[in-house]
Amino acid sequence: MQTRPSASIHFAVCRARWPSPIESAQDVLDRAFAAPADVRRSLMADIAQESSRPPTGRPEARDRWVENRAPSGWLPTLDLRELWSFRELAVVLAGRDLRVRYKQTLLGVAWAVLQPLVAAAIFTIVLGRLAGVPSDGLPYAVFVYSGLVIWTYFASGLEGVSQSLVRDRDLVTRTYFPRILAPGAGTIPGLVDLAVSLVVLGVMMVAYEVSPGAELLLLPVWVLAAMLVLLGAGLWLSALNVRYRDVRHTLTFLVQVWFFASPVVYPSSLVEGSWTYVYALNPMVTVIDGFRWSVVGAQAPGAPALVSLGVTVVLFVSGVVYFLRAERRFADVI
Amino acid sequence: MGAAIIADGLGKRYRLGEGIHAYLTLRETVARRLRGRAIEAPRADEIWALRDVNLEIEEGDSVGIIGRNGAGKTTFLKTVARIVRPTVGGVRVRGRVGALLEVGTGFHPELTGRENVYLNGVILGLSRRQVRRRFDDIVEFAGVERFLDTPLKRYSSGMYLRLAFAVAAHVEPDVLVVDEVLAVGDAEFQRRCLGRIGELRQEGRTVLFVSHDTGAVGQLCRRAVWLDEGRVRRVGPAQAVIDEYLRASLPQSTRVDAVGQAAGSLGALAIGVLDGAGAPVDSPRRDQPLTFEIDFTTREPVRGLDLAVYVADTRGIRVVNENLSDAGETISGPPQRYVVRLMLPSLLAAGEYTVGLWVGNDDVRLFHGDVLRLSVLPLPEDRDHRYGLVRPTVRWELETGSARGDDSP
Repeated sequence: MQTRPSASIHFAVCRARWPSPIESAQDVLDRAFAAPADVRRSLMADIAQESSRPPTGRPEARDRWVENRAPSGWLPTLDLRELWSFRELAVVLAGRDLRVRYKQTLLGVAWAVLQPLVAAAIFTIVLGRLAGVPSDGLPYAVFVYSGLVIWTYFASGLEGVSQSLVRDRDLVTRTYFPRILAPGAGTIPGLVDLAVSLVVLGVMMVAYEVSPGAELLLLPVWVLAAMLVLLGAGLWLSALNVRYRDVRHTLTFLVQVWFFASPVVYPSSLVEGSWTYVYALNPMVTVIDGFRWSVVGAQAPGAPALVSLGVTVVLFVSGVVYFLRAERRFADVI
Repeated sequence: MGAAIIADGLGKRYRLGEGIHAYLTLRETVARRLRGRAIEAPRADEIWALRDVNLEIEEGDSVGIIGRNGAGKTTFLKTVARIVRPTVGGVRVRGRVGALLEVGTGFHPELTGRENVYLNGVILGLSRRQVRRRFDDIVEFAGVERFLDTPLKRYSSGMYLRLAFAVAAHVEPDVLVVDEVLAVGDAEFQRRCLGRIGELRQEGRTVLFVSHDTGAVGQLCRRAVWLDEGRVRRVGPAQAVIDEYLRASLPQSTRVDAVGQAAGSLGALAIGVLDGAGAPVDSPRRDQPLTFEIDFTTREPVRGLDLAVYVADTRGIRVVNENLSDAGETISGPPQRYVVRLMLPSLLAAGEYTVGLWVGNDDVRLFHGDVLRLSVLPLPEDRDHRYGLVRPTVRWELETGSARGDDSP
């Protein structure tokens, strides 16, 4: 148990150096010992000064008022500082989902690879060989697998994110946390699968003698774009799902339609002229094209990418607003 | 010192049906829209779980929230803990709130004990570093060292509870909000819970405590708030509020059916008070022996079922607390009806009592709560209320004779 005086120590220190008043003196000490010598000295001086003061009543750390007021106004606000102070919860929730996913499975994380790999094999035989679908000059297997890698992250992520609140119903009805963390954390576990799949893609590229260019450096941009689209759509779906469980049943169709509306198994070059702008209303078109361009050197996304960018921003911002408005009643209706 | 919690004009409205049909399907909403009805349900479908609540709770105070089921106790806690957004007004809290609405929130059955300690600790508001530092204490407290790497789903319910409570006990919020966590677990578990809450209170933290067990509220809390249909009916010193609440709400009768509150494998449950002759009695005289008759049915086979009857005075002090197992008996058998009688000699002093009942075994508690009120009447010759905690039938002897100091030959 902490004793009273030490609790008052931490405030002075953390007010000076840290936005969150939630840390204890021990935290500060721990950090102090990991800090460079000069920082450590000044921290210790702060602490010594505080300790020499007689403990007077309650530490001021508690002077921060937190208000829970009836919602007023149409536009909700997002407290970014608070969100940051809850970052550990996001990490822990994501870690839990990762761990749970492959517990009691024989193949473990191999499933992450197997799923798109088997799909790629099927598409290569049926579409690549039999139907002769073009693949922008790349070996069809590499073409389709590279698309599937990023698509799988998006599609399976969408499933997880849209269920995030309902699955953690207990947390929503019994603890406080910025609810937006739940769908937010849902975008993380898929990244591990994505990383493993990328390794397999690398192996495949070696086998097919496809080499990436300098565009590879832009890979994180496309992954980030995929996360943004995922979160934008996921915020809508997860909030809707709290109220309407129809979401779960609709999702299968939604993902299927979205899949064929995206250039996963066919190249976007099949869409021509001004239609490309309409096509780019689906932001995943640009995400997949860009990802493919970065990794396996397919055609770079062109001007229609701006349409996708616009749609992504609108989807994300409207998702956040809708989510924060719906959030007010999550605990009542979930 | 100052206020730690301020509620002003706090109100929370629920639409009926939301609790039961937790969500609408899209079809229902669309259908309602098409029929030209707004999504907003008509007023008759609404209830105010909280209404016009204005309260100020001092920092470092321990406040019990009492009231009937559905009086808004939990809703109040949930607004303080920011789980629920008020419909009108608001509540301000100074410092960090720790909500203990159940133990083991967020525990995941597939994860190991170790993983769950981290998960639960962070959910309750610790940082991972803080959990790491307290980890050994938590594990020792729970006594589950050997099972740390076992998935939680293989834990017994007792171990599960101990681990969950151990984590909760190592979180030190400024304002602790506790709701009926005592409703699970055995007597030992309850004792530890109450002990921990008492400690936090002594450390000067603000404690808000909801319980059906007015005795526990009386012991733990300095002040009490009585909520009635969402409104504050009374605020004041715990004992005074509890007395008034009990007088107004507990049925004073010879027999109470507690079926509605019973859970799990209990079918029906009733308790009655009989006098020495076996006749139902609600206001026995203090020299009458009493019989408590508990009549219940089980829906599943039971093993090692124990039963306890307690009689608490208005201060929450359990004057009598007897377990069936103390007599070396427990109940095991197929689903059927059981009648258990506890014979109590004349013992109680004149006054108001609540009678509570506990049914459960080592792992599960099937029922627990105050079920009826008992008024013990004084004897006509009793002059006033000058008595001790109990008043058994006693006998005085008086000898007279010559003084001892006499030097008689």
